[in-house]
Amino acid sequence: MANKSVLAEQRLLDVKLGDLPQWFAKANYSPKGVLGAFQRGYQRYFNKYINVRRGGLPGISMILTAYVVASYYFVYDNTKHDMWRKHH
Amino acid sequence: MFSRVIAHSARALKPAEALRICISPSTRLFHASQQCPVPVPRLPETGGKVRYGIIPEEFFQYLYPITGVTGPYVLGLGLMTMLLSKEYYIINSETMSAIGTLGFIVYGVKKYGHKVADFVDATNDKIIADFTEAKESRITHLQNHIDAEKEEQWRVDGKKFIFSAKKNNVAMILESNIRERQLMVFNEVKRRLDYHVELEKLKRRLEQEHLIKWVESNVVKTITPQQEKESISMCIMQLKSLAQRSRATV
Repeated sequence: MANKSVLAEQRLLDVKLGDLPQWFAKANYSPKGVLGAFQRGYQRYFNKYINVRRGGLPGISMILTAYVVASYYFVYDNTKHDMWRKHH
Repeated sequence: MFSRVIAHSARALKPAEALRICISPSTRLFHASQQCPVPVPRLPETGGKVRYGIIPEEFFQYLYPITGVTGPYVLGLGLMTMLLSKEYYIINSETMSAIGTLGFIVYGVKKYGHKVADFVDATNDKIIADFTEAKESRITHLQNHIDAEKEEQWRVDGKKFIFSAKKNNVAMILESNIRERQLMVFNEVKRRLDYHVELEKLKRRLEQEHLIKWVESNVVKTITPQQEKESISMCIMQLKSLAQRSRATV
């Protein structure tokens, strides 16, 4: 079992599967904590792909892909009328 | 800074005791952390690697030990098959427009991506070069000012030498003046003394001559005609005797 005080600061991907409930319990759900989480994610992504000397297309294309996929999810209820078959 | 320490200690104590602690006036510092002269680190050269423009390389590396190289592709193929067969992804007119748009984007990037990248790099380099040049010119400008200032300070140091040289000059002029005047005094005094000497000489000479003349004139006066005849006859007699004597010897 990992140390409890360190668990909260770990990233989600680094948390072991057994510690996951603990991680969710320890996480900061106040507005400041949520905002902090969003900011951290933003900084991580930007510092890795955009704040570089020779950034390229992948920096924004990944954001656009995520936007496309998310928007497809939100209009699925309208699109499902264009189904080719009724039973899959 | 101190208020945080007190807050920490206040939390550790019981509430009753914590109330008795008063907030000391904490000194607000302008800089919250140590100022370090370390230069700002450079931006990384390239971003994280991404395959096909949308999937980060970390995903492939994550699956490599488990499935090898083809693992993510098999996963992608299976995922697409599932989406199409269960019709989570529905093929309609939007699919065709998506295919056209994607094809256009891929063609554009493949053909002109290089040129755009070079242009942007050149613009970036130009901006950085402008700023660097401004910084360097400012530094050299200020360095020139510093050197000029140092030279001025050196000049001020040289003032002592100028002063002593001028003092030497003035001393020399004064001494030459003194020597001149001493010579003048010497000459004048010598002239005056020579005058007195000449005066004395003249006086003595005149006195001598006058005395001689006076003695002579007195002596000539005392010679009476009687004495004159007697002396002449005595002389003739002496001459005669002398002549006789000389005739005798011959």
